[in-house]
Amino acid sequence: MTETTAEQKGLSRRGLLGLHGAGAGGLVVGGIGGAVVGASVANAQAASDTGVVHPFFGTHQAGIATPVQDHLHFAAFDMAQDATREDLISLLKDWSYAAARMTQGLDVSATGAVGGSPDAPPDDTGEALGLPASALTITFGFGPELFEKAGVDRFGIAARRPESLQPLPRFVGDALDPGASGGELCVQACADDPQVAVHAIRNLSRIAFGRAQIRWSKLGFGRTSKTTSQQSTPRNLFGFKDGTANILAEDPKAMDEHVWTDGPAWLAGGSYLVVRNIRQKIEPWDRQQLSEQDRIIGRSKGEGAPLSGGTEFTEPDFTKKDATGTPAIDMHSHVRLAHPDFNHGIRLLRRGYNFVDGNDPLGSLNAGLFFLSYQRDPQRFVTIQRALRSDLLNEYIQHTGSAVFAIPPGAKQGSYVGAGLFA
Amino acid sequence: MTRARTFAAAATLTIAAAALTGCVAKADAAASPSITVTSTDTSCDLSATKAQSGTVTFDVSNAGSQITEFYLFAEDGVRIVGEVESIAPGAKRSLTVVAQPGRYTTLCKPGMVGSGVGKAAFEVTGSRVKTEGADADAKKKAVDLYAAFVKDQVGQMLPAVTTFAAAYAAGDDATAKAQFPIVRGYYERIEPVAGSLSDLDPKIDYRELDAQADGIPWTGFHRLEKDLWQPAKDALNSDQSTPAWQNWAPSTPAERKTYADGLVADVQTLYDYVHAGDFEKNLESQGIAALSNGASALLDEVATGKIEGEEDWWSGTDLYDFTANVEGSKMAFSLVHDLAQSKGATAAALVARIDKGYADIEAKLASYGSFDKGFVPYSQVTEAQRRELSDLINALAEPLSQLTSTVLK
Repeated sequence: MTETTAEQKGLSRRGLLGLHGAGAGGLVVGGIGGAVVGASVANAQAASDTGVVHPFFGTHQAGIATPVQDHLHFAAFDMAQDATREDLISLLKDWSYAAARMTQGLDVSATGAVGGSPDAPPDDTGEALGLPASALTITFGFGPELFEKAGVDRFGIAARRPESLQPLPRFVGDALDPGASGGELCVQACADDPQVAVHAIRNLSRIAFGRAQIRWSKLGFGRTSKTTSQQSTPRNLFGFKDGTANILAEDPKAMDEHVWTDGPAWLAGGSYLVVRNIRQKIEPWDRQQLSEQDRIIGRSKGEGAPLSGGTEFTEPDFTKKDATGTPAIDMHSHVRLAHPDFNHGIRLLRRGYNFVDGNDPLGSLNAGLFFLSYQRDPQRFVTIQRALRSDLLNEYIQHTGSAVFAIPPGAKQGSYVGAGLFA
Repeated sequence: MTRARTFAAAATLTIAAAALTGCVAKADAAASPSITVTSTDTSCDLSATKAQSGTVTFDVSNAGSQITEFYLFAEDGVRIVGEVESIAPGAKRSLTVVAQPGRYTTLCKPGMVGSGVGKAAFEVTGSRVKTEGADADAKKKAVDLYAAFVKDQVGQMLPAVTTFAAAYAAGDDATAKAQFPIVRGYYERIEPVAGSLSDLDPKIDYRELDAQADGIPWTGFHRLEKDLWQPAKDALNSDQSTPAWQNWAPSTPAERKTYADGLVADVQTLYDYVHAGDFEKNLESQGIAALSNGASALLDEVATGKIEGEEDWWSGTDLYDFTANVEGSKMAFSLVHDLAQSKGATAAALVARIDKGYADIEAKLASYGSFDKGFVPYSQVTEAQRRELSDLINALAEPLSQLTSTVLK
């Protein structure tokens, strides 16, 4: 690989420093949930009525505490076989530059989709021309194999690998497809317009050619959680409200306690992302009686209230019993087994999406939940997932993909995501 | 027909690459004395086998009975550094090149067809010389050399396809099968040129289902291929749903002769086209972009066709086509290499990326075989290995797509 600077790449001619002059005048460094309405951004394209803009630069990466958008394109990448440390750094710089532009609703480079030489392929692929920023967030992460692969420290960062960052253990019932698992780098692109999310992954993938390539990617529609109290609780494909008790951005104490990690130093202010591709067996589920569906989940399908009574936001009472002495909330219901009370108080920030990838050869919907959770240590996910061993829901789901990534803190203005790892 | 010239598996393009764009710098004219070349119907004799780097002139006399050509190839025997053609019996013409140090190959081609005669090594010693000259000259020279390369490939293809078709028509399937991927190589190296002939390419290179979709009779390479690698009764065509034997039966001897003659006639038409003045004029009117675009187009052939393994569905010889596409692409690129490199630091970095891209894909392809030793059947290339090849093609094609705007600057 000869690529060393953004200048040579051609895709980001202005380089990182040029960003300040390239329409970024209105950038605001945002903290948790810091959304800037498009009108405050100088660029006309981003200044659409519907164009919510989330700043790329900041203390934390956007796309975690950010209000969950409606659509997702998630991609796991592997570095090219002979890629060097310089390739990795230049890639992260080029990606950061492109992400900082695209999240403002701008083209991927200054010349963009139609402003370049007619004799060259355009820098930007163009399908997002005229679309607002659509609340796009682009979140980058580092998988275990980036630090060390088959005992080889390709990028001189093996010593900086956090101990917590290792492939998840095997869980009962796992049927993992290696082609939909793992990855050395990840990019989570979320937006309120699916075309904007796809545009982001497509362009980042193109920038990476020769340095990294997609291992697998996933499209998600329909958020299955909320991260602010203003958002309504959405439903997953089983028809149940999901994310009622999720960690909310307005609760910085919970964010600090459960989501943001504080070490090692390069990762402080970052987090860990666990990815599980969960196939839902839609057809058998749909044949279950309503009362049985409620029992399996532990909540009512309509209101989302715990079966111990109350409304959606009433805390479940696991001690409550009915007239026959049976617990109102089944001992093996999903709500009970996953509840913090039985898991050392652990809470995960869930940010998953529904997916439907057509159907399988048997004619069943290839549908499910693309589960994404952010937590300060992946071990916390492991604890909960082990607790779900006897979950009544297991009969209707199967985990078919798995990955874990360290999510570095947000990039500083003029710097790039993950810079601390190479400092 | 044996192939006199093949790509060395690890051929590097650095040797003599500078000479390709080396327009004749008049100030250097005092360098080496000229070398005389005598071309007969069976030999190609040079007065010297070595020269000093710098301007080298070959004075070619035709002592034979047919029109002849003289070629100076890079060491790999495929890339043309310089050539002079249309030398009538008894006539004399000169070739002047700015030769960089390195190993070369010379040969004459009496009759302008086939692999030539008197192939010999030629060496240039001394230090590298700086090539100067206006861009316009360099561009014209590069286009001329590309035209020469196309003519050379088609010139070799015509006798090769004649032999191949004869073996097929005679029912000598073993011989025909061995020659099939080699003959196709000539075609695949120049596919964008051949493919631009919208009447001819469907006749020569259509796959069965494409011909059906287009409503034209199915002829050409792949028709012969299916006879030679006759599918099992329950096999499926390349769409993996149409039965292989639907609307198809093995050709009778009479049909074989028809298809064989047709293929040879179509390649003859291609030969006539590239050797007529219009071809070169057409290429020159496109200018240098014809080369950079051609280099990209050949990689697109790989990315959109070969990597799926649908091209040579019955024979599984896709890796030959794949490799020939890459070779042809690199040939076109090598002709604009120095010109692109001279366009500043960004362009030089782009060229370095492209150089590395070719080296990487060549090394990977070499791990599957070579034209000389044969390639493994494509069915033995696993999905994961196809993915590796695809990644390498993407890594090369992305910077290559920037080449046209770079050389046109």
